[in-house]
Amino acid sequence: MLTRKPLDSATVKIPVGQVYVIPGRCKGCKFCIQFCPEQVLVESEGMNAKGYHYPVVAEDKAQACVNCRFCKLVCPDFAIYTEEI
Amino acid sequence: MSGEIVVNAHPLDDLLRADRLPHIWCPGCGLGPIMACMANAMADSAIPIDKHVVVSGIGCTGRVAGYLKVDSFHTTHGRPIPFATGLKLAKPELQVTVFSGDGDLFAIGGNHLIHAARRNVDINVICVNNFNYGMTGGQAGPTTPMGARTSTTPYGNVDPSFNLPRLAATLGAVYVARWTSLHVRQLEKSIRRAIKKEGFTFIEVLSPCPVGFGKSNNLGEGLDEMELYRTNCVVYPEADLSQADIELKHDSTIIVGDFVDIERPVYGAGGGEE
Repeated sequence: MLTRKPLDSATVKIPVGQVYVIPGRCKGCKFCIQFCPEQVLVESEGMNAKGYHYPVVAEDKAQACVNCRFCKLVCPDFAIYTEEI
Repeated sequence: MSGEIVVNAHPLDDLLRADRLPHIWCPGCGLGPIMACMANAMADSAIPIDKHVVVSGIGCTGRVAGYLKVDSFHTTHGRPIPFATGLKLAKPELQVTVFSGDGDLFAIGGNHLIHAARRNVDINVICVNNFNYGMTGGQAGPTTPMGARTSTTPYGNVDPSFNLPRLAATLGAVYVARWTSLHVRQLEKSIRRAIKKEGFTFIEVLSPCPVGFGKSNNLGEGLDEMELYRTNCVVYPEADLSQADIELKHDSTIIVGDFVDIERPVYGAGGGEE
């Protein structure tokens, strides 16, 4: 329980993001999985055509993305991005 | 909503030659995030995209010119800066960015860099430093830290390495920064500042090279080196640049930040009689 709350906490809404993945471009470097501040992503069970495990949203984190877009910036292969919903 | 949505296109595809993706860079390479920052900064700048020009030399970083869908030039080894200087002087309305590696800019093209900085030519230089010649098989270069093992220094590198921000600041660059491929937000902001700034700007970006350098120097995969950047980087813009050498070991710090922001007369803007 927070004892101190920001004055505008009633008006500021935490954004919710939708994760989009392009599996064919992923090279499995895991930057997005490691550096996601909300730990939303995990490696997929299946593989893409080149044998890499691409990122997928963890089962219990379907609503956890806050659309910070860090994965979009840090992905070396332009294989993941988020959009606010 | 449940999970991720699988798609075929990326929002940055307009600025990339998407038909050439996936690119040739190894898994764990840090060049992709730097190119994404460059694309974002170009898209957000007030300058129309057809006025942006990217010039690069030879090496892994030289491939950037082939992947960015702007007027881009892949020049001979070490010569992106003379090429960019000519472009800028012939067509001053263009926004010229040199995007190249440490070997291209500081070894083969070292002289061109020092004189462009001395003249304060109005170009932006983004130097991706991966501490070795990655494309040709991981040979030691001018930025390889002392003691590092590479394919040409199997018993450890005996040469002291260049301290790129210090060198650029000493030569008179008006804006000098250093970031890593993990500091994507700061890097994007730095590139935006460099685009706005008149004169010779220099941004060094450290990038993992897991195959060429990391493997033989106990740095592990690209992810491990990114994790090293996260734990060992200190943002210290007021740092004494003579102390900003990089050892790239697990117990040594890396100083990053926007180090220099000064004003100097730009090349071609004054000095000569009309």
